[in-house]
Amino acid sequence: MTLAVEVIDVHKVFNAGHSQRVEALAAVDVMVGEGEFVSLIGPSGCGKSTLLRLVADLLEPTAGRIAVNGKTPRQARLDQDYGMAFQQAGLFDWRTVAKNIELPLELKGWDKAKRRDRALEMLELVKLPDRADAMPWQLSGGQQQRIAIARALASHPSLLLMDEPFGALDEMTREHMQAELLRICAATKTTVIFVTHSIPEAVYLSDRVVVMSAGPGRITSIVSVGLDRSRDEGTREAKQFYDKITEVREALRGNPVGAGRDDR
Amino acid sequence: MNKQVVNKQVVNKQVVKSRSLRPLVFGVLALALLLAAWESYRNWIGPWLGTERNVGTVFGFKLLPRANDLAMPSVFDMAREFGEPQTRGSATSVVEVVAEATLNSLLLALAALAVGVLVGISAAIVMTRFDFVRRGLMPWLVISQTIPLIALAPLTVTWGGQISILGFEWEKWTSAVVLGAFLSFFPIAVGALRGFSSPTSESLELMDSYAASWWSTWRKLRLPAALAYLTPAMRLAASAAVFGVIVSEITVGLTDGVGFLILSYLQEGTSRPAKVYTAIAGTVVLGLAMASLISLGDRYFARHLPKETTA
Repeated sequence: MTLAVEVIDVHKVFNAGHSQRVEALAAVDVMVGEGEFVSLIGPSGCGKSTLLRLVADLLEPTAGRIAVNGKTPRQARLDQDYGMAFQQAGLFDWRTVAKNIELPLELKGWDKAKRRDRALEMLELVKLPDRADAMPWQLSGGQQQRIAIARALASHPSLLLMDEPFGALDEMTREHMQAELLRICAATKTTVIFVTHSIPEAVYLSDRVVVMSAGPGRITSIVSVGLDRSRDEGTREAKQFYDKITEVREALRGNPVGAGRDDR
Repeated sequence: MNKQVVNKQVVNKQVVKSRSLRPLVFGVLALALLLAAWESYRNWIGPWLGTERNVGTVFGFKLLPRANDLAMPSVFDMAREFGEPQTRGSATSVVEVVAEATLNSLLLALAALAVGVLVGISAAIVMTRFDFVRRGLMPWLVISQTIPLIALAPLTVTWGGQISILGFEWEKWTSAVVLGAFLSFFPIAVGALRGFSSPTSESLELMDSYAASWWSTWRKLRLPAALAYLTPAMRLAASAAVFGVIVSEITVGLTDGVGFLILSYLQEGTSRPAKVYTAIAGTVVLGLAMASLISLGDRYFARHLPKETTA
């Protein structure tokens, strides 16, 4: 398996040399294979969002090495190798839905017709084909988040970085969006790094769950989920699903069970 | 779904229409009420209280104005003044003089507003771009607004003989524009700064993730996000520009503006006491013209950039 993201012995310190010095990440190693779905889970302050932003080159590591598609994160960002989605959909209120999706393409300098075609293609993908000319405030929260995903995938990046994208949605919408995300990722063969607070969400979506602890942020264990790739609503009731939830929960508490533990 | 949206738009249009007419109706009503109050005081209430003698005086304080033609000329006399000749036997009527002076002042106020907007937005851009500029400049901007305009006005006039750039001579009207701009740039700078800083950190990170340049981020995110903040700022700036121009016309002695006209008509107070109110009406028209201009601009932007509501 070729690697989409390599994080090797990465440290991140905020406010170095100040009294407010915070060691956000210490000696973090993660490898993400192409097409893999990896979740980062852990308590608040464990540095999972920081790790995501290091991969995105929105922050720079204090020490260590990161590679995205074999390039530096900076080069990957300049090449728009990845798309990003946040907890808030963050659509621009003054743009139509289609124009929001076109934003990354505009910045890449695509011409108008090509942008429009791609936006319509993405709307098909997220199953909102008739909302191209709607304004963001006319959509529900779940629909807005789908548009945000469409925007993140508009330039067909190979990597999708998501920071609690479903955190603001209600439980029903959330489960529906998880299924949609899996379908979209299967269709586009996108690699995903997904930050979440929710154990069932991490287990349901991921090939592997990276469990982190705080102070300083480090990886305590990596749980291989190994659920069938063609997950459906039945998966949420399967015994293996519950076993994996238990495993992740125990890992979060700091006494990981032996099975599936991935010592690095 | 589509039908609902269409219906909503139709309803919106009707709301906008009735909303745009209502202030006009209320404005006219309020004006009529004010004029009626004025007339009834000078014709009935004043004489009944006996203010012509000394009855308006309470404990030695003169509380009420005298109800005579000198202190409170009749509204009808004011209206008549518009049609009177400017001076005895002259061919031009007062209304022509007032209209021309108002137009002159309007042009100055527009120029002042334009300069104020340009300077204010530029200052806000630089302050948004460089944090140290914001921290260094902001206190000075606040202090600048505490300087009394009256004190500054004569100073700018003395620049007259000293400044001449590429054949451009500093004249009295330049002083009026500069002082109007001096007052109007401040609300623009503050409003634009708030607007440019209004996008969330997630929106800014999103633009960063696209490797968007600072200018692309400004053009596609910060500027459109700031438009909602700029409308109220423009309203304040427009009235500040009018105020600055009128006051500096009087202080620098710019004779062709409506502000100066008030001063010169006041000197005819004993012979033609109603005349000064024509010039005051001119300043009211001036203020209304500026306000309407801002509203028109606002409506244009509102139509092209629908405001967000909750999802």
